[in-house]
Amino acid sequence: MAITVLIPSALQSYAGNQGEVQVSASTVGEALQALVEAYPDLRKHLYNEQGKLRSFVNVYLGDEDTRYLQGLDTPVKDGDTLMIVPSIAGGAPSVTEPSTDVALSNEEILRYSRHLILPDVAMEGQLKLKSAKVLCVGAGGLGAPLALYLAAAGVGTIGLVDFDVVDFTNLQRQVLYTTEDVGRPKLQVAKERLQAMNPNIEVRTYETRLTRENALEIFADYDIIVDGTDNFATRYLVNDACVLLGKPNVYGSIFRFEGQASVFWAKEGPCYRCLYPEPPPPGLVPSCAEGGVLGVLPGVIGTIQAMETIKLILGKGEPLIGRLLLFNALKMQFRELKLRKNPNCPICGEKPIIRELIDYEEFCGVRGVEETPAEVVEQITPTELKRRLDAGEDIFLLDVREPVEWQICRLEGAMLIPMNSVPARMHELDSAKEMVVYCRSGKRSAQIVAFLKAAGFRKVKNLQGGILQWSDEVDPTVPKY
Amino acid sequence: MTVSVLAFAHLKTVLGAETVSVSLTDGATVRDLICHLQETCPELIQWMKSTRVAVNCEYVEPDAVLHDGDEVALIPPVSGG
Repeated sequence: MAITVLIPSALQSYAGNQGEVQVSASTVGEALQALVEAYPDLRKHLYNEQGKLRSFVNVYLGDEDTRYLQGLDTPVKDGDTLMIVPSIAGGAPSVTEPSTDVALSNEEILRYSRHLILPDVAMEGQLKLKSAKVLCVGAGGLGAPLALYLAAAGVGTIGLVDFDVVDFTNLQRQVLYTTEDVGRPKLQVAKERLQAMNPNIEVRTYETRLTRENALEIFADYDIIVDGTDNFATRYLVNDACVLLGKPNVYGSIFRFEGQASVFWAKEGPCYRCLYPEPPPPGLVPSCAEGGVLGVLPGVIGTIQAMETIKLILGKGEPLIGRLLLFNALKMQFRELKLRKNPNCPICGEKPIIRELIDYEEFCGVRGVEETPAEVVEQITPTELKRRLDAGEDIFLLDVREPVEWQICRLEGAMLIPMNSVPARMHELDSAKEMVVYCRSGKRSAQIVAFLKAAGFRKVKNLQGGILQWSDEVDPTVPKY
Repeated sequence: MTVSVLAFAHLKTVLGAETVSVSLTDGATVRDLICHLQETCPELIQWMKSTRVAVNCEYVEPDAVLHDGDEVALIPPVSGG
């Protein structure tokens, strides 16, 4: 009797890329056996080592779950259609199969007790977590809560990629680090903290910048990659390496009070390039350092990434594949946008043109951006400026920072005109007078100096190193931020 | 017809508001809307190449036709981590 078996997209690559297969059988069990005999690669996805149907594989006859009929003994007749549904409808197959030699100690059984009594995790799921290898790219605002929860949950191998040291400005949101860690390499601290939290897991550290040279090699050993980076070049690199290796990329990104999260997995749905084919022009999108970020926000988005990672490992629920989750903290509102795979995507589309990793700094146009006009324009050091002001010279101080920065600190006697307002308010400035322009670090003010020079101001200089260097050289009571 | 435009992330600052109500002629497309917004706010031009547009929570291409009451979201990429 001819039975049609519908294969879910996640398993089609093991069934000759077919969505349906015809078999001859008189029961559900016979049909599945005939299927795996025809396509042996499917066997391990449908059956466990003991030859029993895996618990997350549901088989429907028409719209009836065969578990509620006669299970594998349910009779089928000519023309019937069986549908294989891994986990919950719409769910993805689990990324990790538990290694056969993995077991939990009594200490671990106690530690994970709340997971073990949860039907959708249970012993099988906890062993999957223990067998799983997850790589966190970035150990900052997103990476900190992410790594903490993955470690606590018992993800057996956690890799961390980062090359930064802990900075005072990190502590407002990067909850892996404490005040006394300032100045230490982040990964050294992270490894200590994660191992202290859960000594049963292995933490591997890669104290390096992720590059096109090392990405594929580092990623190769992991089941899931989680993107917690802070720049576009690395985000495109993470995406492309994941697509080339066929691995899921659990994505999160933040700005001020808003966050984005998704799961990009080219085998199952769209990738990051399907969403954003082109990077924004360099310098247009402010970073956390430039635009600010509410400290709790990466906690929300990073834990969403941790949750999605764990769901992928367990093969439970509906992952964020093909969906972009947008979070607005001020409104406390989640929105969801449907994403489609772009058939013309340069890396995961029908005719991919990117077949190896490229130069991502060039792609994002960031090469050479460091060479702002700071060195090109005429500068004055804070020490020299202080000496001349103390000598009673008449020097006009122009502060081009934002009003929020002005509230933090300012130089005595300065006038505030935020950078973007300078062109419209240029008439307020006296081009005959000697002028020193400053900002936080000397970068923005250098641009304004160049702008004013072009507009005919001859006696204008940039304060070298801005407020930061002023605080170091002249007046430590002026706070750095 | 009138559509409401929702600005995300930095585009709130660029457009100067989180929500903008825009009147368009019937049959106008997303591209027409963007052109209209760019005329009133030239700073938006440099953003649009990397910004994705969603209508009623679904991503659309520029030639999608708009309808009265549509909610058009402008979602620029963000990179913070």
